[in-house]
Amino acid sequence: MAVRAADLQTPGRPLRAARLRLTGFFWSHPWTKALLLLGPPLLAFGLVYLASLVALFVSSFWTVNPFTTEIEHAWNLGNFRTIFESPAYRTIAFRTIGIAAAVTITDAILAFPLGYFMARVARPRTRAMLFVAVLLPLWSSYLIRVYIWRLILDQDGILNWTLGKLGLGSVGLAYSNWAVWIIFSYVWLPFMILPVFGALERIPESLLEASRDLGAGGFQTLRRVVLPLALPGVVAGSIFTFSLTLGDYVTPLLAGGASSQFIGNVVYQSVGISNNVPFAAAFATIPLAVMAVYLLIARKLGAFEAM
Amino acid sequence: MHVLVAAMAAALCVPAAGIGSGNGLPTTIGKGEGQLNLIAWEGYTQPQWVKPFEKATGCQVHAKYAGSSDEMVTLMRQGGGTQYDGVSASGDASLRLIYGKDVQPVNPNLIPDFKNFIPALQSPPHNTIGGVHYGISLQWGPNTLLYNTKLVKPAPTSWSIIYSPKYKGKVTVPDNPIQIADAALYLSKAQPSLGIKDPYELDQAQFNAAINLLKQQKPLIKKYWALASDEIDLFKNGDAVVGASWPYQTNTLKADKVAVADLIPKEGATGWADTWMMSAHAKHPNCMYKWMAWVSTPKVQAEQAIYFGETPANTKACPIMNTLSPGSAAQYHCGASASYFDSIKFWKTPVAACGNGKNDCMDYTAWQQAWTQLKS
Amino acid sequence: MERRSTRIGLALWALLVTAFLWIPLLLILVYAFNRSNVQSWPIPGFTTHWFRVAWDAQEVRDAIWLSVRAGLLATGIAILLGSGAAFAIARFRFFGRESVSFLLVLPIALPGIITGMALNTFFVFNHIDLSLWTIVIGHATFCIVIVYNNVLARLRRSSPSLLEASADLGADGWQTFRFVVWPVLSTALVAGGLLAFALSFDEVVVTYFTAGAQNTLPLLIFGYIRLGQQLPVVNAIAFAMIVLTVIPVALAQRLMRDTGVLRRGAANVTEATQGIPAV
Repeated sequence: MAVRAADLQTPGRPLRAARLRLTGFFWSHPWTKALLLLGPPLLAFGLVYLASLVALFVSSFWTVNPFTTEIEHAWNLGNFRTIFESPAYRTIAFRTIGIAAAVTITDAILAFPLGYFMARVARPRTRAMLFVAVLLPLWSSYLIRVYIWRLILDQDGILNWTLGKLGLGSVGLAYSNWAVWIIFSYVWLPFMILPVFGALERIPESLLEASRDLGAGGFQTLRRVVLPLALPGVVAGSIFTFSLTLGDYVTPLLAGGASSQFIGNVVYQSVGISNNVPFAAAFATIPLAVMAVYLLIARKLGAFEAM
Repeated sequence: MHVLVAAMAAALCVPAAGIGSGNGLPTTIGKGEGQLNLIAWEGYTQPQWVKPFEKATGCQVHAKYAGSSDEMVTLMRQGGGTQYDGVSASGDASLRLIYGKDVQPVNPNLIPDFKNFIPALQSPPHNTIGGVHYGISLQWGPNTLLYNTKLVKPAPTSWSIIYSPKYKGKVTVPDNPIQIADAALYLSKAQPSLGIKDPYELDQAQFNAAINLLKQQKPLIKKYWALASDEIDLFKNGDAVVGASWPYQTNTLKADKVAVADLIPKEGATGWADTWMMSAHAKHPNCMYKWMAWVSTPKVQAEQAIYFGETPANTKACPIMNTLSPGSAAQYHCGASASYFDSIKFWKTPVAACGNGKNDCMDYTAWQQAWTQLKS
Repeated sequence: MERRSTRIGLALWALLVTAFLWIPLLLILVYAFNRSNVQSWPIPGFTTHWFRVAWDAQEVRDAIWLSVRAGLLATGIAILLGSGAAFAIARFRFFGRESVSFLLVLPIALPGIITGMALNTFFVFNHIDLSLWTIVIGHATFCIVIVYNNVLARLRRSSPSLLEASADLGADGWQTFRFVVWPVLSTALVAGGLLAFALSFDEVVVTYFTAGAQNTLPLLIFGYIRLGQQLPVVNAIAFAMIVLTVIPVALAQRLMRDTGVLRRGAANVTEATQGIPAV
């Protein structure tokens, strides 16, 4: 603490006295300080973000004029009825949630051993290199990473070219839900690796030693010690992979096939193309509800601390 | 060439000699505001004619591309309609924009080339209401059938090829509710008993027949393309061999030496007639007027026609088209007869009150919903 | 220690996953030098022509400049508000504290399209013109969370007794901040800020709804992708961006290694990534 002694020995200056009084006041009234500190962020958040969400929710009870597509402020439940009664929208919701779950599981399987290797096996230098290797893709353009996958998976693309050279024939993955699953798993993978790595890295070595000393085998240690302690990290990662998949429309738009409508696409089309904000808002309540439940469970599992 | 550029530059600078009509329309084009925000179809704002425009007028062009008329209408309304100065609206968007009060009347007398437009596009019903012009016509053309000449043999002559299982998994059509009209157009010839006269005016039975046809088509589809580049990539990389298209994709693919060709099948085609319209809240109206004048000049009209593969509104563009690309004027029916013009079923917004005097047609909301259900 | 076979297996897995992450990036680098406009494989020849085209394009420069400004402003706001909120949450117990932390995490946990649409509705509702500032607000919502998580994690690791010690020694609030809090926090702020900036720079989903007629770099790239003709230019931009991102990543690594605020080698890298947000 490089507090200069001179500073502490000149209490006579009025400014400093005021500061000290203020410090004392805050020390005895931590509430005030909390409010002052939290005030601006909360106000900004509450004002803009919550007000936006509320406005959105309110508008889901309105309708649009079919010809001019202008919003008419007539309260009704028509949008929700359309969503619940039409099998098409159910299909889309289930498809999205299903792929989101598949992406999450894929990423967890890919990320866990890598995270474990980085956190507990690799030497510091290797670890640093792996870390940059995981971080860099996150910083390079998302759109281009999606687009390059289209070039890889195309019928005459790089994957089939490679398979052909190896004499393995070809696969028709392009423009399908398989492609969407692969690309989502690819682009969100770093979001899973990093929290998993963080959680694994925080496990004290002594716990693992204790487990071994008590006679547990490698698998038993993994199951009874490592996995439970790493779970918050996996759940934190899954919040990202799950929520990002629920809200994305670009990947299905660029790489999807004839049956690749996702929740994000319906919302995007309703807002960006049909100008039907009320319907989009009504449909957006599905991912909203899914994520709310997901977040509550995640908080129970301690994922917020691991994020 | 240089003379031409100079002439065009001069055309932009000449204040149109005060032919005011006393209805609040500007009678001269003032000084440019330095910027112009446009919503355009892909290929409508190419550097080839945007760069010289920026140089001549000082109006810096920012373009946002839209892949459907619906998207154009929505973008025009984004943020209270103050974001964009103009839009290259097709016939199915233009009326929605006019009745939604998103666009403002313009004075065609400020566009020197207006008088050279083919008569059908000077005051067409899709952009002129009661003698008030809500925009300046631009180009028009048909939606075509695109196919891979190496893999699709014999060459197709009918739209039936995109509905038949022969090329299953290798077909692509636009991701656009207006595509229902293409199905209806095909049915009007393939199943005359349905009595479809106008593919945009369908009663419940006719509409259901079109939707059923599209449902049968769905398993054949590789991808419903939403962006022009989707279809280009599908054809480039062998994922699709036949599909409904714009000539833009054909031209781009041919420029990249991909073996493709397109045609208007024997059933005819749907098509578009585009209009540059000015936003009701345009922040750069002078630049927009200058832009509308610029894209109406014969040279730009010819350049765009060849680049996109469509037909200019300005008849003076036809000889220039032939200098730029011999034979192109005939290929794209430049200065076409009224009968050819009428043979294309131009996009328009389906409304309940259709031409038969009854009120039983499916409106556009029904079209949109059916399309979403189809794709789910 | 794990058995040798386990360790080899893990190393192999790490290698495969890293390859999965990197092969597409390497392909982008290769395509940037593609001589042909056609994105076929293998590429017919090499050229640096597209870098020139990208460099000369005014709209590319405009877009980069807009993205830089939006990123800097959003990051600035995020550092201010995010660290304030983290302080309050870390140091005080008060009613509603849990819901506040829940609320702060919402923007990254909720699908981006909801945030984007909600903000768009809000702006239209209140007749706010879409501008640089609406982009900044949109980005700030998720940037705040990143800084918040970073600072919070750091505060949880540092002991509150340090502050008490400082006060006991007679330091006032400002001095405590300057000499105690700041040294502990600065690297967390830098790491959080860098990540916030990078994510703002690459954001598409929210930006689409808040940008209006202006093109940020990702929106411009999306426009180029739509046209299907300027892809080599897009690849050249992507190449430049990948090369340029090496700088902040290396910088962040270095900064955290040098300060020695954290003793454990890996802990600093963990914190660089606290709270990864919605793209």
